[in-house]
Amino acid sequence: MARLTVPKTYKLYINGKFPRTESGRSIAVENLRGETVAHICHGSRKDFRDAVEAADKAFTSWSGISGYLRGQIIYRMAEMLESRCEEFASAIQVTQSMTANSARKEVDASVDRLVRFAGWTDKYQQVIGCANPVAGSYYNFTIPQPQGVVVAIAPKTPSLLGLISCIGAPLCSGNTIVAIGSDLHPMSTAIFGEVCQTSDVPSGVINLITGLQQELIEHIATHRQVTGIYAANISQKNRILIEEGAADSVKRVHCVTADDDAWYDNSQMASPWEVEPFVEMKTIWHPSAC
Amino acid sequence: MSIDTQQETPGEWEYSPAPERTQVSIEPKNKLFIGGKFVSPKSRSWFVTLNPATEEKLADIACGGKADVNAAVLAAKKALPKWSKLDGSVRAKYLYRIARRIQERAREFAILETMDGGKPIKESRDIDIPLAAQHFFYYAGWADKLEYAFAGCTVSPVGVCAQIIPWNFPLLMAAWKLAPALACGNTCILKPAETTSLTALRLAEVIQEIGLPEGVANIVTGAGNTGRLLAEHSGVNKVAFTGSTEVGKLLMRGTAGTGKKLTLELGGKGANIIFADAAIDQAVEGIISGIYFNQGHVCCAGSRLLVEESILDEVVQKLTHRLRSLRVGDPLDKNTDLGAINSQSQLEIVQQYVRAGVDEGAQLHEVHQERLPSKGYWCHPCFFTDVQPSHTIAREEIFGPVLSIMTFRTPQEAIMRANDSPYGLAAGIWTDKGSKIFEIAKELEAGVIWCNTYNKFDPASPFGGFKESGFGREGGMQGLRPYVRLQKVRGSAS
Repeated sequence: MARLTVPKTYKLYINGKFPRTESGRSIAVENLRGETVAHICHGSRKDFRDAVEAADKAFTSWSGISGYLRGQIIYRMAEMLESRCEEFASAIQVTQSMTANSARKEVDASVDRLVRFAGWTDKYQQVIGCANPVAGSYYNFTIPQPQGVVVAIAPKTPSLLGLISCIGAPLCSGNTIVAIGSDLHPMSTAIFGEVCQTSDVPSGVINLITGLQQELIEHIATHRQVTGIYAANISQKNRILIEEGAADSVKRVHCVTADDDAWYDNSQMASPWEVEPFVEMKTIWHPSAC
Repeated sequence: MSIDTQQETPGEWEYSPAPERTQVSIEPKNKLFIGGKFVSPKSRSWFVTLNPATEEKLADIACGGKADVNAAVLAAKKALPKWSKLDGSVRAKYLYRIARRIQERAREFAILETMDGGKPIKESRDIDIPLAAQHFFYYAGWADKLEYAFAGCTVSPVGVCAQIIPWNFPLLMAAWKLAPALACGNTCILKPAETTSLTALRLAEVIQEIGLPEGVANIVTGAGNTGRLLAEHSGVNKVAFTGSTEVGKLLMRGTAGTGKKLTLELGGKGANIIFADAAIDQAVEGIISGIYFNQGHVCCAGSRLLVEESILDEVVQKLTHRLRSLRVGDPLDKNTDLGAINSQSQLEIVQQYVRAGVDEGAQLHEVHQERLPSKGYWCHPCFFTDVQPSHTIAREEIFGPVLSIMTFRTPQEAIMRANDSPYGLAAGIWTDKGSKIFEIAKELEAGVIWCNTYNKFDPASPFGGFKESGFGREGGMQGLRPYVRLQKVRGSAS
């Protein structure tokens, strides 16, 4: 008799742990032949709130460590993802009709994207910050600082590369993240937490929710502990919901619309101008005199 | 050292009046500036602008209605293709010309600003007007260098910009809005505040004089409704607003889903933190300029004073002494420190807050005793002690010469108290210890941090807030960002 396999339970990733959704709901994931191959957590508003709470607590230390250290941790994520390339390529293909080659290409690009962001951690400040030549005896400079908790709403596709790009840009500057993965192709989000957990990413710095994005949109927009929203390829209706809701606490909203090709382009998705929407420019004056 | 604050008797050291006597002519009816021409409002509606120091009428101002806003947006739209394609170096030269003309007409601008808004002539003369000219001069130079400001990108203008400004620094705010927008190749419609339209309209004269192409900069006067019509207009690509957080949130909702770019410079409740190791006399000067500059009508005012507990008595004593020496009165007098409150309604707001402070149990120090003029809108500069963080006067923006003093014991407590506000525009730190300065500056949630100084402004220095004080920066290289679209130069795909 063939060996009975042990199917994996997919869970959320919140505060460095893998809890089931508190709602007790799950969503069946079907492969292209219509067979149910997995059940993922159908994350709830409460899960989202828990994730924001965790991210908020993690912000002080994550934003306080050096860029060098943040860079090494994000680089470690790239190392961990590289070593699990095959698994992620398979995960991407579960719900998508794509060749093994193109799935592998997406994973490779995702690893490289992490490396790219790992490098930005201690450099973006020098590109978008500056010393200011004011007309007076003052030393004056402008430096970027992270904002707080950023919610990343990942695009439907590319499910892994999109997720990593939306996380990486706000993460590298020191924000903490609650990411809502692709609900059309959820498998890569469902296992990405394992990469985070094995990469020395401190608990709460990255939190991952699977489920239905639509259910959470309004809640994300109006949650007062959320400081920024990176919304990728969302509908016009959702854009209105997010931008209206954001007004309540003057959140920073960055809406990106990009085709699959654009997600592969570092200059578009991993430039300092993708980091900039989630930092605040702080200008410091001091007199200079003897 | 103790200071005997009772020593000086009023009258002993009185100044002779030193009024600015230059006469500035004001048109009785001030029209809208649309498409390079002064035009009567299609709304046929006008409103009165007063001198807040005398309550005398200065002039009638056109109130822009829907048809007027339409006409202005149309003019800006029409002017956009040519202006945006004009070589940057040519756009620069127009802006340099504006800067030069403001400098040449500086006195006229300063007097007008003071008459219309109530601020002391020494401030409009030495700060508002020179800074406005400097702002145009600074951004003129960027017009042909934009590619260097945005690494890895080519840039293009956003389009038609609706710019709504407040009444506290009328010409300066107009410069903050127009200069970077025009430098980047946008066309603009500026909506000045209802009570302070005159210098913006005088700027329109300058714009006409120097030959700026028609429709590139339009000025539509009016009240809140005019601003709303402008921001909501479908032909507008970008909205820039300076004003209250309440209106800022309305604009966020109003522009949701429209794709309009938005920048907001909103309210503040700046924490000015004085440590025991600070140079106290200098710090007291910093408190004065932090809260009493421009009658406290300053969004970045240091309106919450956090004093290290051990020096509270000394600071209060010195502040009391210094406050008594402030001269409140005729804004056109060159020796005046505090002018008139900008409007009757603002005076009432300030008075309500003072009453709330007393009612909630804070101790009011009305040490300033100089007699106030009988006509006009006036308020004695004052401060409160025994203020709790939960008090209304410690939380809400007063926008007047009213200071709330609180104490702290440790740097951590100072940081916590300073950040305990939905606002995050500006803050001050006073200490002689360098390492402490940088640590506190890093921790404070504010867009501008003044260390051992306060309320300093420069076109090269970005200004803008964290949190509910808005987003986007004005001034400096970062001040270009709201007015450009970036096309990222495609690199090698991974």
